[in-house]
Amino acid sequence: LSSVYHPYHPRARAGPHTGDPLLFADTSSAAPPMNNQGYYTPGYSIGGAPVGGPADAGVNNLFADPMASAAMMYGSSLANQGKEIVNKEISRYVSVNKLKYFFAVDSKYVMKKLLLLVFPYTHQDWEVRYHRDTPLTPRHDVNADDLYIPSMAFITYILLAGMALGIQKRFSPEVLGLCASTALVWVVIEVLVMLLCLYILSVHSDLSIFDLFAYSGYKYVGMIFTVLGGLLFGSDGYFVALTWSSCALMFFIVRSLKMKILSSLSHDSMGAGATAKPRLRLYITVATAAFQPIIIYWLTSHLVR
Amino acid sequence: MAFTLYSLIQAVILCVNAVAVLHEERFLSKIGWGVDQSIGGFGDEPGIKVQLMNLVRSVRTVMRVPLIAVNSVCIVLLLLFG
Repeated sequence: LSSVYHPYHPRARAGPHTGDPLLFADTSSAAPPMNNQGYYTPGYSIGGAPVGGPADAGVNNLFADPMASAAMMYGSSLANQGKEIVNKEISRYVSVNKLKYFFAVDSKYVMKKLLLLVFPYTHQDWEVRYHRDTPLTPRHDVNADDLYIPSMAFITYILLAGMALGIQKRFSPEVLGLCASTALVWVVIEVLVMLLCLYILSVHSDLSIFDLFAYSGYKYVGMIFTVLGGLLFGSDGYFVALTWSSCALMFFIVRSLKMKILSSLSHDSMGAGATAKPRLRLYITVATAAFQPIIIYWLTSHLVR
Repeated sequence: MAFTLYSLIQAVILCVNAVAVLHEERFLSKIGWGVDQSIGGFGDEPGIKVQLMNLVRSVRTVMRVPLIAVNSVCIVLLLLFG
C-alpha cells in the first residue's frame, strides 16, 4: 500500500495553456492569428474593394478577380463564425480543455501502455505523477489514463469483428452496427454503474467521467487480443488468449484503481465507522476487475465459433 | 444480448420513471426513507442509506419536468410508429 499523502481537493485538470511547453505543444493556435488579419475584418464590403491594407497582399495574389477574392473572404469569415458558434455550444456540454488532456499522447506512451495492458506484472510504480497539482499528461507519465487508446481500440475491435464474421460468411452491414452499439452500450452501462457506486459510497476520488470511460475502454485492447488469438489459432487459442488478457486486465485495473479509490481514504476517515469503508471500496475495485473477463467473453465469443 | 442505443435510452427512461413515481409521504416515509429521516448524518461521511435517499430525492426534484416532456414524446412516437 502506498503511503503517499495527497492533499484532498478535487483536482481540476487545467487546460493546457498555450505557453506551457510541459503540458503539450498546442499547434492549433498557430494558424488563426495569421488568418484573422486577412479574413476576419468586421466590416467587409462585397463591392470588390480590397479590405484592410497590408494583410490583403497574400489573398489578392491568388485571385486576379477582386470579386472572387472578396467572395472568398466572405465565405471564410462566415466559416469562422460558424466554427466559433459550434465551439461555444460544444464547450457548454463537454469541457474541451479537459478532453484535450486525454488525447495528448505520443507513440512512445502508446507503446508502453499497450505493453502494460498485455503484461502488467513487472511494472513497479503505479503512481500518477503530478506537476504543480495538475496531473501530468499521458505524454509524460505512463500511469496517466488517456482516451486515445480506448477509442482507437474500439474502432479496431469493430473492424476486427467485421473481418471475423466475414471469414465465417456471416457478415452483413447491420451486424457491424449492432456489434458497435452493443459494445458502446456495455461501456456506458459500466460507467453509469461505477458512477452510482462511487456516489453512494461517497468515495471522493478524482476520477472524472472521462477517467471512467478510459478505464472501461481499456478492455477493448483485451478483446482485440482475444479475437486475434481465436482467429489465428482456433478455439484453443481463443481460450488461452481470453485467460491471458483477462488476468492481465484484472491485474491492471486493480492496481490502477487501487491508487485512485483506496488511497483517498487516508485523510477523511475518522472514528469507528471507517472500518466498513475500506472493505466496500475494495469490493468495488475487485467487482470492476471481475466484470471485465465476463464482458470480454460475452462480446467476443460469438465472433469465434 | 444485442443492444442498440435505442434500447439503452428506453431502459434509462424506464428506470428514471420508476424512481420518479416513489411518492414522498405515501411511500418513502412509511419505509423509513423520507426526507425528515435523513438528517442524522454526522461528520463528513453520510452512510449509504442517506446517500441513496438524497439521490432519490434529487432525481425526483430534477427530473420531474423533463420526464413529462420525454414521456409525452415517447407516447406519441409509440402510438404513431408502434
